[in-house]
Parts: sequence; C-alpha cells; structure tokens
Amino acid sequence: MTHVLPISFSLNGQAIAIDVPAHTLLIDLIRDRLGLKGTKRSCDMEVCGACTVLLDGEPISSCTTLAVDVDQREVTTIEGVTPPGGLSRIQKAFVLHGGLQCGFCTPGFIMAVTALLKATPHPTDEEIRHYLHGNLCRCTGYAKIVEAVRSLAAEQVSEDAAEPVAR
Amino acid sequence: MLPSPFAFERPSTIAGAVRAVGKSGDGMFYSGGTELLLALKLRVIHTDRLIDIKGINGLDRIALNDANDIELGARCTHNKIANDPVIRAHVPALSSLCANVANIRIRSVGTIGGNLCFGEPHADPLTMLAALDARLVLIGPSGTRVVHADDFIRSELETVREPDELLTVIAFSRPTGPVTYRRFKHGERPSVNVAMAWSLGPSGRTIRSARVRVGALGSRPQPLKAIEDVLQGISVAEVRPAIEAVLPTALGELEVNEDRHGGAEYKRHLAGVLLLRNADEAIAAAGSA
Repeated sequence: MTHVLPISFSLNGQAIAIDVPAHTLLIDLIRDRLGLKGTKRSCDMEVCGACTVLLDGEPISSCTTLAVDVDQREVTTIEGVTPPGGLSRIQKAFVLHGGLQCGFCTPGFIMAVTALLKATPHPTDEEIRHYLHGNLCRCTGYAKIVEAVRSLAAEQVSEDAAEPVAR
Repeated sequence: MLPSPFAFERPSTIAGAVRAVGKSGDGMFYSGGTELLLALKLRVIHTDRLIDIKGINGLDRIALNDANDIELGARCTHNKIANDPVIRAHVPALSSLCANVANIRIRSVGTIGGNLCFGEPHADPLTMLAALDARLVLIGPSGTRVVHADDFIRSELETVREPDELLTVIAFSRPTGPVTYRRFKHGERPSVNVAMAWSLGPSGRTIRSARVRVGALGSRPQPLKAIEDVLQGISVAEVRPAIEAVLPTALGELEVNEDRHGGAEYKRHLAGVLLLRNADEAIAAAGSA
C-alpha cells in the first residue's frame, strides 16, 4: 500500500511543497525528483558519509532518512553552500590543500565540515578527526583533508585576532 | 535500496501510538530509523505501518528526579545525551559513550531507545546501562511494566518487548562511585566492551558493591560475578591485585561467540585488558574524589 503525504520544507533556502510516498528516501527526493545531483549515494548504510546533508544544521545520512521526516524543517545540500559560479572558503581550502582526488566523497565532507565549523569554529586536530570519523575517503589518506580543515580553523583564529585592530 | 511501501502515522500521545501500532497488521514504532530503515531497505524486516513517535512530547526528557534516579527519555538522541548537563555532571562516562556511538550522522538522529530495542549485540549503550542496573519502562495496551536492562534481551536482535509495547523511559540510580566504560572495535560497532560501576562507602575509599558487565560477546551483556564478588567491601587500594587474582576464572566463565570480530580466546583477552584499564581509571577517579 502506497501512502502519499504532503510535505513542506526549505531546500537550500527555497520553499518546497511536494507529495511523497511515505517510503521515499530523502536522497531520492533530492536527486531524482528535485534534480540536485551533488549529494552522492555510495554505501547506502550510513557508514561512508557521501550522502551527508544538513537537517536544521545537523549532518544526517540522506540515504537512510525518510523524506517525510524533513516536513517543516530546513535541508541544506552541497548546492546550498556553494556560491554561484565560485567556491566557498571550505571548498577552496580542500582544493588548496589537496583534500580531494576523485571527488566523490567531497560533497559529504564539505557538508560535515560546514556543520563542524558552525558548532566548533576552532577545532583541534583531535576534534576534526573525531567529527569526520564517519566520512570515508579512499583517495587522500585523510591527512590532506585534516590539513584543509585545520587551515580554516587557523584562518578564523587569525581573523578573530585581527578584529580589534581593524576596528 | 528502497523499502517496500508502508503507511505512516504521527500520533501525539503514548496511548495513541500504542493504539496505532496494535490496530492491525505489522505496525512498528519509528523514531531515528538508523537501524530500522537499514533493515527495511535490505527487506529483512517488513512493516505495513510506521508509527512515528517524534511528535510525542516528553519522550526526549533527561532529568534527575526526586528519588535520586536519572531518567532518560527513550527518544533522546545520542548527541542529546552526550551534551546534556545532567548526564555530564552525574555520569560523564555515559556522556562520553554517547559521543562516540557510530558516527556524527547516526548520533544526530539515532536514539537510545531505538538502540536498545534493536537488540544488536555489538552495541555500546546496553552494556553500561546493565552495569548501572537501569530499568526500562515499557507501556503497552494492558499497562506499564518495568524490565531490568539485564533481562531486556531475549536473543540476538530480539528483546522481551512486545511489538505493541513502547519503550518510554530508561531510569537508573544516580551513581555513587566511578562509572567506567571501554570498548575495542574494528568498524563502527564494538567487538568487545566492558562497563564497571562502583558504589563507594561514605569514606569514598571502600567499595560497597560493584557491577561489571561485558558486552558484544554473546547476545546480551554478561556479568563478571567473580570480579563483582571480590570487589565487594574491599578498599580501593586493594582493587588491582584482587581483580588479577580471579581474572582468568572470571573470563573463563564468559560465553563468547566467535565471529568476524575475532576468536573466543582473543576476545576474552581483550575483555580482561579493558577491565583492568577501567579499574585503573576508577581507582584514579576514587582517589581524586
């Protein structure tokens, strides 16, 4: 029996109202019906992190989340954190430090790092590794990813330190 | 993979949820879905209806009550427990355990109640909750019953909860001594874990009683009776030699499944190492209290 429910949610700041079968997975709604292909499906079992999106700012596995569960909430995908025609500071740091090779895991990492830096603007290496423990990358060996995130933490520290002078 | 179609209901009360799950067919309670959706996607579990309990107020409450019991709402996410000030103050080891369950995405939505009800032997929380002698409150159509954490698992992936009983609250006495937990793991689930809770006498230097549970080796956490017996009534300074004297006997009594996490002797050895490290941590904590 297919049970269809109406849901309304914010996708990257845009209001969406759509009818979905109750068993629809969020990743299929985002990729197939709404056409945002940046979110990747890989392990399909909440282990690899490639499908990470933010739900009210918290990272979740869109492969194992029901679309009906985002009703009345805010979903952010990789498209929502990428400036038009450019790259965000997190994306630039990954490029600068070689934090990606094939790039398949990268959208998930960018989303996880977005949530990490919002919760903890100046993470230690240990905090970075603990938070990103559930995002798998088979190319980089992680060192370059940690380096990229560390550079952002340091960059923010120096910006903070410069603030009183700038004022 | 896509789950088979099901209907979806959002009751706003416990009574409404219990009614909804029991009214026909195979209804199931649903919250974070981190275990249930995986099983539905693999089609090893089938359901006609998911009864979403996220709209029921009060199921995600954490409090220290007047009877000096800590109450955890079953729908609390691992993240919520990890960051809760009451848990951090009174059971920091539980806060730390929840901060390290699986990965950040699971901790965002996965709940303590769901973790327990799934009955996965390779899980973190139940081992500590059994060491804390937690009680699990189940509400069903014929009323409320309380099950001790030790008695909750019937067998692997099967609990004593009836399908129309909702786990609502997990409660345990506020610890009166150090609580310690360690695990060894290859992937995201523990291969072996050991939890120990001491109740200390008024001086803080004597162990009134101790509970030790070893998890992930069989279907449910197992007590190390020989260790508990030898710790009862001794001073904290005597702990290490007392444990070492009975450790081989105690470990020998464990039932151990051999699986991809390792052979029986290997896992027994790991349990001993984790127990001794827990003991060292507890000794240091008792000394600094």
